[in-house]
Amino acid sequence: MQFSRKLQVGGRDPALGQGVSLDGVTMRFGDFLAVDDVSIDIAAGEFFSFLGPSGCGKTTILRLISGFVEPTAGRILIGGQDMAGIGPNKRPTALIFQNLALFPLMPVWENVAFGLEARGVAKQERRRRAEQLLELVALDGSGDKRVNELSGGQRQRVAIARALAVEPKVMLLDEPLSALDLKLRQHMRAELRTIQRRTGVTFVYITHDQSEALTMSDRVAVMSQGRIEQIDVPDAIYNAPQTAFVAGFVGEINRFAGHVVAADARHAVVETDVGRLRGVNRQALRPGERASIFIRPERMRADGAANPADENSFEAVLDRVGFEGNVVNLFLRTNAGREIIAQQHNSDDLSGLSSGAWMTLRFAPDSAAVLPAEGRFEAAA
Amino acid sequence: MKGVLSSVRRRYGGVATSLILVSCGLWALGLVVLPQLMMIDYSFRPSLPPAKQGGPEDIYTLANYAALYGNPLNLAIFLKTIWSSALVTATALVVCYPVAFFLARMAVGRTAGLLFIALVIPYWINEILRTFSWLLILARNGFVNTVLLDLGLTQEPIIFLGTTPAILVGMVYAYVLFMVFPIYNSLESLDPHQIEAARDLGAPWWRIHWRIAIPHAKPGIAVGCIMTFMLAAGTYAIPAILGGPKSRWFTEVIYSQFFEALNWNRGAAYAFILLIMCLGFIALMMRLFRVNLAEVTR
Repeated sequence: MQFSRKLQVGGRDPALGQGVSLDGVTMRFGDFLAVDDVSIDIAAGEFFSFLGPSGCGKTTILRLISGFVEPTAGRILIGGQDMAGIGPNKRPTALIFQNLALFPLMPVWENVAFGLEARGVAKQERRRRAEQLLELVALDGSGDKRVNELSGGQRQRVAIARALAVEPKVMLLDEPLSALDLKLRQHMRAELRTIQRRTGVTFVYITHDQSEALTMSDRVAVMSQGRIEQIDVPDAIYNAPQTAFVAGFVGEINRFAGHVVAADARHAVVETDVGRLRGVNRQALRPGERASIFIRPERMRADGAANPADENSFEAVLDRVGFEGNVVNLFLRTNAGREIIAQQHNSDDLSGLSSGAWMTLRFAPDSAAVLPAEGRFEAAA
Repeated sequence: MKGVLSSVRRRYGGVATSLILVSCGLWALGLVVLPQLMMIDYSFRPSLPPAKQGGPEDIYTLANYAALYGNPLNLAIFLKTIWSSALVTATALVVCYPVAFFLARMAVGRTAGLLFIALVIPYWINEILRTFSWLLILARNGFVNTVLLDLGLTQEPIIFLGTTPAILVGMVYAYVLFMVFPIYNSLESLDPHQIEAARDLGAPWWRIHWRIAIPHAKPGIAVGCIMTFMLAAGTYAIPAILGGPKSRWFTEVIYSQFFEALNWNRGAAYAFILLIMCLGFIALMMRLFRVNLAEVTR
């Protein structure tokens, strides 16, 4: 199922992407604030993802960019041009719907060529371009089939070809892989990325699946309750979360709540129910403030020595061992009953561990994040 | 069918099931099949006084059917009825498709509910009463003429009643619901994302209708057209009330054959000619819309 190496579509240069800017965009539906003062600059040719739980406003942002809804306040620019009052049929965008929304009454090639038909391209030329696009997505020869004769992955690629046919500057994708099974989903991730690189089109991708966002994107915006929590490259989203929500939403993480007892420009110390823990003070917290410290399971070192003397170490009792092959997850419980996960590489040291054993856990201050405990994140974390 | 029967038998037992079957059979046979067979038999026999019935002149003949072609006046009325019914159907389609689309795709909550009630309430009133209300609207000193005179668009009241246009207006109004609901039904199942996708790909509104909505609504349009045409071609009340001697409907011709000329044989033949034309229309519609019976009865 490899895509053909063919770069050019319809004998033209590959369509180059345009940047998208949101400038103070707010969207209200009645009393409900779906998007709350969002400003982002998405670069031309970038693969940009919006990641967040359902209802966080990410789909609304996509509909705002595509033009199906007009923002309550703020401006949307594509290629530097203000899109206010320009309908979805006039914008240089193409949207791939979550359910794909292929036209079941048309054969595959007419689906692909629909945008060209709307642009008044002659039938013969439409057919020719449709075949080229079908070849690009490795579906050559399927032009005369009905949509319902295709498999899930094939339909996916018809939807991509149909969107590419109009040579969009910006491609908008609304969780298009969510209906596929895991294996096909992973395969399609790579293919989407390949198509994006080859065509140079700006991709704006919506997902609630963090691994999808982290593996494909150049940058990720994490959203919660209509607001942007953090915009960053994937590894910063994972390794250097700026808010408690981002830390809790993306990946597994251990969290200890408490308040700051000491702080400097680099680190802050939090008084928690397992003692004082030191982590990176990215939000310039001051002593006295309520805060949580977050540590990834793979940053936790666990050993059998039951002698917590150093800073950033505490004791916990082993509940069970989750063996995953290359890694081993240790599920532990602190004195206060808090559950901890420590992920270790598989090694001989781990043999002979049994439930009920006391272990000491440690982590480096630079691998932990101290972040303000804001009320609105408490429920999500 | 077999599944239905066995489930009925499981639930009610063998005796009750046979009773149901027998009563249904008797009903269908006695009230539908036999009377129709009798009318077919009538239509192929000459009209004779009782004394001669069963005599040497009582033979099967096509004379009753041929009679329509021998009577230019009746033939003209027949053709006009078919043509006018087609016109009523086409007009109703043009009027009802936007209404059905609006109801199915755009109206929400209260608006949709109110529109539905506004569409249905007139049908709580008897068809004859509803038609009489058009008599008041179209009368010489009725609503339409009052408005036209007040606006100065005409100096003399226009005579609407007794003309074919009056009948067509009355019929389109009477059969609106039979066109709206089948189309509404089929449009309701259209995924709104399809319309959005078409728009997103650059299609203007008319192309979205032409390529996405209308093809999807095809079975509903076919059903609506068939129902409207059958009702229009078979109506008696509306032309009787709104029409006049110059705008006679073929049903009125059939009626007069039965009850004025007392020629049941010719009346039956005329009725069958109308029926056959209507069946032909259904076949044509299904062919035209490329739908099959399974889709239409869905």
